Amino acid sequence: MRFFKRKSDVFNSLIEGAEGVTYTSFYHDAFKRLRRDKVAMVCLAVVILIVVAAIFAPLITPYEEDYMDIGNELSGPSAEHWLGTDEFGRDVFTRIIYGSRVSLMVGLVAESIAVAIGLIVGAVAGFYGGKVDAVLSRIIEIFASFPHILFAIVVMFVLGTGIINVFIAVGVVGWTGLARVIRSQIMQLKQKEYVEAARASGGRNMQIIFRHLIPNCLSTIIVVATMNIPSDIMYEASLSFLGLGVQPPQASWGSMISEARKFMRQNPGYSVFPGVALIITVLAFNLLGDALRDALDPRLKNL
Amino acid sequence: MIKYTIKRLLQTLIVLFGVSLITFIMLNIAPGDPVGVMLAKRADQETIDRVRHEMGLDKPYVEQYIEFIKGAVVGDFGDSYFQHRPVSEILADAFSITASLGLWVLLFSIVFGILFGISAAVLRGTWGDKLIIFFSTLGMAMPSFWIAIILQIIFGLHLKILPISGLYSMSSYILPTVSLGLIYAASIARLCRTNMLDALNQDYVRTARSKGVSEFKIVMQHGLKNAAIPIITYIGILIKSILGGSVLVETVFAIPGLGKTMVDSITQRDIRLIQGCTIYIAVVFVIANLIIDLVYGLLDPRIRVGQEA
Repeated sequence: MRFFKRKSDVFNSLIEGAEGVTYTSFYHDAFKRLRRDKVAMVCLAVVILIVVAAIFAPLITPYEEDYMDIGNELSGPSAEHWLGTDEFGRDVFTRIIYGSRVSLMVGLVAESIAVAIGLIVGAVAGFYGGKVDAVLSRIIEIFASFPHILFAIVVMFVLGTGIINVFIAVGVVGWTGLARVIRSQIMQLKQKEYVEAARASGGRNMQIIFRHLIPNCLSTIIVVATMNIPSDIMYEASLSFLGLGVQPPQASWGSMISEARKFMRQNPGYSVFPGVALIITVLAFNLLGDALRDALDPRLKNL
Repeated sequence: MIKYTIKRLLQTLIVLFGVSLITFIMLNIAPGDPVGVMLAKRADQETIDRVRHEMGLDKPYVEQYIEFIKGAVVGDFGDSYFQHRPVSEILADAFSITASLGLWVLLFSIVFGILFGISAAVLRGTWGDKLIIFFSTLGMAMPSFWIAIILQIIFGLHLKILPISGLYSMSSYILPTVSLGLIYAASIARLCRTNMLDALNQDYVRTARSKGVSEFKIVMQHGLKNAAIPIITYIGILIKSILGGSVLVETVFAIPGLGKTMVDSITQRDIRLIQGCTIYIAVVFVIANLIIDLVYGLLDPRIRVGQEA
């Protein structure tokens, strides 16, 4: 990234002649702090494991996503089917691995949508202040006054079911928190000397926002986005559980739990395991988000 | 304080107006003609047009919106397309159910959250503290609908001691309350622990200790009092989360509250009911927040000033 290199160039020219002084960037230091955090490293490993499992799902899983073991429906855990089978004789373990694709995609795509909206609204509100801020702040407040899941349900109703619409619904719902944080950060940052310098040398507003202010909020964006991913995953699961999200036969943890509910008498494990997968994923992202926050931006503690 | 109150009231009105506008726009661009769905495709075009005219659906959107707002202000959201009852009546019934469940959830999460939060803070660094942190971290990652199903399997199917659906007796409140409240109890426990520890590290606590004040009194008077403010703030968020979470838990336990009404109205494409539900829930949340803000401004003058910056 250019702005960091430039910073180190400046630094090096300042300390010319001083031997044995090495410049380490802010992110380098943060990563060092993060590496010392054992819980964070375990969570990172878990997240990587889930990502790998999702990408290489066809290689890992013992069966095809929709292979039906006829005559062996709703069986409990066995050597053949580690986590049992569902009402069509499909392997629950296989479907949980495939379900991770949906969850991770929602975390990635929906959160990107939320970050894009939140960043622009927050930056513009914080930078321009005054009337623009008053209007945008009210808009943020309006969107924040629906319970998220409820708003997502209405959006799904309008758009119809399907995974692309889940991305949109979860993204459109989850941007207000970031917008608020970015707004207050930009308000502080725009008072800094380098903004004054940029303005003095003829920088236009948009240039200042995108070149100087937003890059300086990067650590906040990373922290808030990581901390939002688990709730995004949870919203997808909830929508699919209610039958408004990902539709069968595509496997999603939420819709699996919803299906399994009808068979909790015959095969209780069928309801339990997708939930366990969901909890492990959410937990890993939650703790990783906490650790990232401590390493990058401890001021966000009471978020 | 009067200036602050007026300002907050004005902001609330603007927000409510925005909420109604967004809901109206979203539901009117939704595909599918409500009349077509209502008459289940059995009617010819002429009948559909006649019904549309009777319901005022052929008027321009602006006119429809103004009429909708006029009704909404006095709590009239029109009649439900399917239940043939006024939406406001359906919502009032559903709300009383969700509210009674919500109050139990609120009580459960505050009591257990504070109890475990204090215990963790007092036991700081010991195994007890670590155990509480572990379980509260785990609790925050558990989806309420999954907990609900697990509780149904354990207490309903295996032990057969608690009812697993409906809301007929006191005992049927237990499982929904626990499955929805567990997450919030976990969050409050963590919040309470952090703030208690902050408070217990203050100089005035050291002074109190050196004066020989009993540990119990220190924890209750200095610790809890200072931990209370963030918890009160959190209750505002909690009300919103409970209203949202009720959608899932009410579906699992077949409780005819606001959440289930909402999901049912979505499946039936009963637009008037969806509209009413959404706005009703947003209004409850916005007003609850307004009250919390005002009480807060009354308690802590710094907030009144801080809001203006």
